[in-house]
Amino acid sequence: MIKIGKKASLKFPVAFERDYSLNGRRAKHALEVGLASADWYHTDIPRKTIKALMRRSDRPALIDTAIWFGLLLLTGLGGVALWGQWWAVPFFAAYGVLYGSASDSRWHECGHGTAFKTDWMNNIIYHIASFMVIRNPISWRWSHARHHTDTIIVGRDPEINLTRPPKIIEAALRFTGILSGPKSLQIMFRNGVGFMTEDELNYIPSSEVSKVVLWARVHLSMYILTVLMCIVLWSIIPLMLVGFPRLYGCWHMVMLGLLQHGGLEEDVTDHRLNSRTLYINPISRWLYWNMNYHVEHHMFPMVPYHSLPRLHDLIKHDLPKPNSSISEAYRELFFALWHQRIDSDFCIQKKLPSTAKPFRKEFHDLKFTETSN
Amino acid sequence: MNNWITVCLKDVIEEEDVIRFDYDGRSFAIYRDLWNDYFATDGFCTHERVHLADGLVLDDTIECPKHNGRFNYKTGVALRSPACEALSTYPVRLENGVVQIAL
Repeated sequence: MIKIGKKASLKFPVAFERDYSLNGRRAKHALEVGLASADWYHTDIPRKTIKALMRRSDRPALIDTAIWFGLLLLTGLGGVALWGQWWAVPFFAAYGVLYGSASDSRWHECGHGTAFKTDWMNNIIYHIASFMVIRNPISWRWSHARHHTDTIIVGRDPEINLTRPPKIIEAALRFTGILSGPKSLQIMFRNGVGFMTEDELNYIPSSEVSKVVLWARVHLSMYILTVLMCIVLWSIIPLMLVGFPRLYGCWHMVMLGLLQHGGLEEDVTDHRLNSRTLYINPISRWLYWNMNYHVEHHMFPMVPYHSLPRLHDLIKHDLPKPNSSISEAYRELFFALWHQRIDSDFCIQKKLPSTAKPFRKEFHDLKFTETSN
Repeated sequence: MNNWITVCLKDVIEEEDVIRFDYDGRSFAIYRDLWNDYFATDGFCTHERVHLADGLVLDDTIECPKHNGRFNYKTGVALRSPACEALSTYPVRLENGVVQIAL
């Protein structure tokens, strides 16, 4: 059903802005109807099998991390050595993606505590990656926990990155980091002076707020030091190595991040309806640590990244057919965004194979009616 | 005086594993460690309403299958955020090869 808002008298109908705040009407609605902290659908897997898949190992992540740091060093040094020449561009392009995009997947997997078997290793890489991607390591841990409890539940999930109706230009600008980078720093500054928004306080326990402030100050101090180094050396190179890569190298993170849930259903309790699995090239899979298997990750978040392909093979009979490539997934996403400009209820409804159990439908008829007030 | 409730035969729970046990409207997690000792805690994670019996047992630790909150299932102590509050634990005994929990 198309909901036409207060601008219905205009020539082109415009869909109502949905209230994604965590203390608004949609949040109240989610709590009232039982969408918050609900029981979610899981594909049946024998206990022995899922235990084997959840088993941790340090080895894959140690190898990947050594390669990651090695490549960061090589490309960073290459870019600095060739500074002033065009040959520096490919080095910084590679360094930027390794810094500004691969840090996101390392942040994510180590935040889950699944990358390494040894938890202090998870914590160290989590903090390094949090700094690189300009995320407060405490508040984002809680934000992501909520994202997994209430995935794409409007008014509950703080990590819905494509809201409805879609802001297409803003989404396109995210590929440059030109808005999100400074915004992340602004949030860090706000947290650093001790101010939390109502939304942040909705998912961060009061006992953790002092840690949020502390880590924001640590991160800000490191950025101040980087700027001071630029002034002392009278060179932009320190910022090209620390900070700016989050802008010029974030495009790969954004490219795949928008596909995780974009254009799919909201307010459902079946990850097969609101998450997207797609096949991607091996380099992107390495940079992204297999998060292209996103339905599988949300169904079984404690399965480490290196076991996700095996999990996918095991349960794909119960999942919608994956998108065959990044470009095919983007065609699907653009189709959804185009329709959502005028119809916020529009979304892609995935088809299940005949071998799958039916979708959970109990919340599908509980549509929240948008009004202008 | 303890009210001992029968849970299952001892071999139903594998070594270093956990099962879910629902009784009287409540849910519990019953554990067996590598030395064949048995333990019991509340069935839900103290962070969110998630069954711990779907999680992974690693040594003395149970890991929440959704958010990786971790607890020492022998003491109930929360070890890793987002789990902050301790789990309640319950006495367990073996009687003729049967696991029983005291409620």
